[in-house]
Amino acid sequence: MTNDGSAEVLLSTRGLGKTYGTGEGLVRAVDDVDLEVVRGEVVAIMGPSGCGKSTLLHLLGGLDRPDAGELWLGGRRIDQLTERGLAQLRRDDVGFVFQAFHLMDELTAEENVELPALLAGMSPRAARRRARQLLDQVGLADRSDHLPSALSGGQRQRVAIARALANGPQLVLADEPTGNLDSAATLEVLRLLEGLHDAGLTLVVVTHDDRIAATADRMISMRDGAFVDEVRLVGGTKGTLAGLAGLGA
Amino acid sequence: MGRIRLIWRLAMKDLRHNPAEAVLLLVAIAAASTTLTVALALHGVTDAPYAATRSATAGPDVVASVQEPTPAAPAALTELRHAPGVVASGGPYEIAMPNLVVDGHSDPVMAEGRSPAPAEVDQPKVTAGTWVRPGGVVVERSLADLLDLKVGDRVGLDQLDGGGLGGGPGGGPLRAVGPSFEVVGIAVTAALQPSPLNTFAHPSGFPEAGLVWVTRAAARQLAAADLGGGPLGYTLNLKLGDPAAAPSFVAVHEHGPVDLIAWQTIADREGLVVSIEQAVLLTGSLLLGLLALASVALLVGGRMEQQTRRVGLLKAAGATPRLVTAVLLAEQLVLALAAAAVGLVVGWLLAPLLTNPGASLVGAPGAPALDLSTIAIVVGAAVVVAALATLVPAIRAARTSTVRALADAPRPPRRARWSIAVSSRLPVPLLLGLRIASRRRRRAVLSAASVAITVGALIAVLMFRQHAGSLDTSGGLGGLYRFSGPGDPLWERGMDVMLVFTVALVVLALINAVLVTWATVQDARHVTAVERALGASPEQATLAVVVAQLLSALPGAVAGVPLGIALYAVVGRHSSGAPSAVAMVAVVVLTVLAVAGLTALPARIGARQPVVEVLASEAA
Repeated sequence: MTNDGSAEVLLSTRGLGKTYGTGEGLVRAVDDVDLEVVRGEVVAIMGPSGCGKSTLLHLLGGLDRPDAGELWLGGRRIDQLTERGLAQLRRDDVGFVFQAFHLMDELTAEENVELPALLAGMSPRAARRRARQLLDQVGLADRSDHLPSALSGGQRQRVAIARALANGPQLVLADEPTGNLDSAATLEVLRLLEGLHDAGLTLVVVTHDDRIAATADRMISMRDGAFVDEVRLVGGTKGTLAGLAGLGA
Repeated sequence: MGRIRLIWRLAMKDLRHNPAEAVLLLVAIAAASTTLTVALALHGVTDAPYAATRSATAGPDVVASVQEPTPAAPAALTELRHAPGVVASGGPYEIAMPNLVVDGHSDPVMAEGRSPAPAEVDQPKVTAGTWVRPGGVVVERSLADLLDLKVGDRVGLDQLDGGGLGGGPGGGPLRAVGPSFEVVGIAVTAALQPSPLNTFAHPSGFPEAGLVWVTRAAARQLAAADLGGGPLGYTLNLKLGDPAAAPSFVAVHEHGPVDLIAWQTIADREGLVVSIEQAVLLTGSLLLGLLALASVALLVGGRMEQQTRRVGLLKAAGATPRLVTAVLLAEQLVLALAAAAVGLVVGWLLAPLLTNPGASLVGAPGAPALDLSTIAIVVGAAVVVAALATLVPAIRAARTSTVRALADAPRPPRRARWSIAVSSRLPVPLLLGLRIASRRRRRAVLSAASVAITVGALIAVLMFRQHAGSLDTSGGLGGLYRFSGPGDPLWERGMDVMLVFTVALVVLALINAVLVTWATVQDARHVTAVERALGASPEQATLAVVVAQLLSALPGAVAGVPLGIALYAVVGRHSSGAPSAVAMVAVVVLTVLAVAGLTALPARIGARQPVVEVLASEAA
C-alpha cells in the first residue's frame, strides 16, 4: 500500500513479516506487509481481533522486531537497530498511545506527561513546562495534579496522548485508543486526534471502531496478517467528525 | 471438620503449586529455628555434668594449694583441715610438674600423688582401667582424649626442663631420661576445671598443665628429680559443712603461700566454656529470627500478590473472607511447623558440637535432650514469626473486593511526592530506581533492616576476632579468663559458634536479597515495560532495579556498623573497642557489592522481558 509519490514518506515497510510458533502451530501475525505513510498523514488500520494489526503497530514503533522485511522511519532503516537504538527511537521519534493507557498509577497527570522528556534528558523545569503545555493542549490543565485514579477514562487517554507527544515525535502510534472508553470519552479522544491531524502530526491508528477510522486520510483493512483493502478518504473528515462518528455535536 | 479439611486441602494444593517459594520459606524459618534450638540446648547444660561429677567423685568444696616448696607448706595446708566449717579433707597431696612424653612429644602435666586407697574428698572417678598403683599412671580424661591415650599405653614422665612451660600440647622435645609408666586408668575429677581450659590453667594455681595421678612415692620421686629437694607443691581438698559458704571460706583463709579456690569458681569456669556460645547464639538466634521474619514477610507478601486472582476465585466460589484468611494462614503455618521440626532436629544434632564441655566431667551433655519447653519455644517462635508476617497481608487479601481480585489488579503503589520531585533531577537510572524503591516502602524497609542485621552481625564477628586478646568474658568471674587467640580452645570454640551463626546469617541474608530483588522485579514489571515503551533502554531499566535495591541496602549497611558495635558490646560485655576503619568500610562495600551482584541478574532478566508481552498481560 503506497502513496502517489508526491509527498515525503515518513514511514515505509517492505515485505514486513512476523511469525509466532513453529510447524503446524506457525502463525503469520504480520505477513509480507508493504506500507508507506507520508508525513502528516493519518492512517487507520482496521480488522477483526487477532488479525495482526496490533503486532504491526508494535513493529512500526520498535516495540517488537520483525522476522522479515525492512522498516524505515524518516529515511533511516530501523528494523536492524540494537535494543538501545530502538529505545532511543521510541524516546525521540515515536509516541505510543495504548488502549489500556498504561499510565503510572503513582504519578500525577503532569508527572506522567513529563516522564518521556525526563528520560530524554530534558531539564526538570523544561520537562514540567512542556507537560503543562501539552496538558493544556489536551484540555486537562486543571487536572494536572490529579492521579490517574482520579481521572475518567477519556481524561486518562488524553493524558496518555499528551505523554505520547512529550518529545515531539515524528510519528504517533495509537493502539485501539478508544477501545476502553464510553461514547462521551470516545468523542473527547476523537476531537483530540482531529486536532493533532490538523496540526500535521503523522498518526497510525489501529482500531476496529469505524468512527475512528472515519477520521483518517486512509483506511487499510487487514486480515490474517496481510493488507486486504485500502480506502482513501479524500478530504478527510474535518469539521464533520462528530456527525460522522454518530455521537452528536 | 469438613471446613478444616477444606482449608487443609486448599493450603496443600497451593504449596504443591509453588514448591520453590515453599522451600525458601522453609529454609528461612528452619535456619532461625536451628539457631534457637542450639541456643536453648546450651542453656543450663553446664550445671548438670559438673554437679554429676561432684557427686560421683565426692568433689571438694575448696581446693587449697601451695606452689612454694618450703618446709612450712604442708603445715600451712594441714592447718586448714581443722579450720572452722571443714567437715572432711583429702591430702595434702604431693604435686610434681614433669613432662608427659607420648609418641615423640612432651607436654607439661601436673602429677598428683595419690594413695591406692579411696580418698574421703575428691576421689577421681575411674572411667576406664583402674586407680593408681606402683608403676602406673592414671590420666585425666580430657587430657587422655587430647593425647589419644588409652589404658595400656606407655608414657614417659620426665623431669621438667622449662621448655614445655606455657606451651600447648606437643610442646617440647623428647628426652630419653626419666621413668616410664603404664597408663593404668583414665579418670575424671571435680577438682579440676573442665576441658579445654584445664590444659591451660589449673584452678589450683599451678602452671598451665594437664593432670595425671601417680602414687605418692612416684610423685615425690618425680619432684625430687626435678628440684633435688622436696615436692614441687601440695594440694588439699576440703569439704565444708556448708558448700554454699565456700567463697567466704576462701576469702577468710586465702593468705600467705596458700591459694584457695571455691567449687563455685570451678563450676563457673566450666560454664564459661559455653556461656560465650550461649550469649552469641541467643543473640544470633534473635537476629536470625528477625531476618527470618523479614524473609517470611517478603515471601508472604510476594505470595499474596500472586494469589490475588486465587483469592478472587475462592470468594467468587462462595468462600468467606474468614475462610480465605484461614487458608492463607494455614499455608504459612504448615510451613512454619515443618521448618520448626527441621530446626529442632538440626539444632539437636549440632548442639553437641558446641555444648560438650569436654571429657573432663562425667555426665557431659553430649546431645542435649530436647525437653518440652525447648520444643514449645522453637515451635512457638516459628509459628509467631509466620503468623506475624502473614496475618496482615492475609486479611488484606481476603478483604479485597472479589471483582478486583478476579481482575488480578496489582496493589496500587505508594506515591512518594518527595522522591518523584528529587528523582526528576537525577540521571535516568537513578530517577527510575528511586521511584521504584519508593513505590514499596515496606519492602525497602525490610530490605534495609535485613542488610543492617547482616552487616551488624558481621561487624560484631570481626570485632570478636580482632579484640579476642582483650575480650573480658568474666561476667561474674572477675576477669579470670581472657581469650588468647588462635590455639586457645575457648577462642576456637567461640569461632566455631561464630561460624555456625555466620553461615546461617549469610544464608538468610542471601535468601532475603534474592527475594527482595525478585519481588521488586515482579512488582516493577509493568512500570519497567512502560518506561521502556517510552524510551528507557534495557540497561537503564536494569540499572534502575539495581539502584532501587542499593538505595535500601546502602543505608542498611551503614546502619549495620553501629548496630554491630552495640551488639559486640552487649554480647562480649565489652563496651570499648571499635572495628578498624578498613574492616568497616570493607564490610559495608562488600555487602553493597554483593547486593548489587545478586540484584543484577534478576534485574537484567526482568528488563529483558518483551515489552509487548508485559503490557499485554497487564492490560488483559
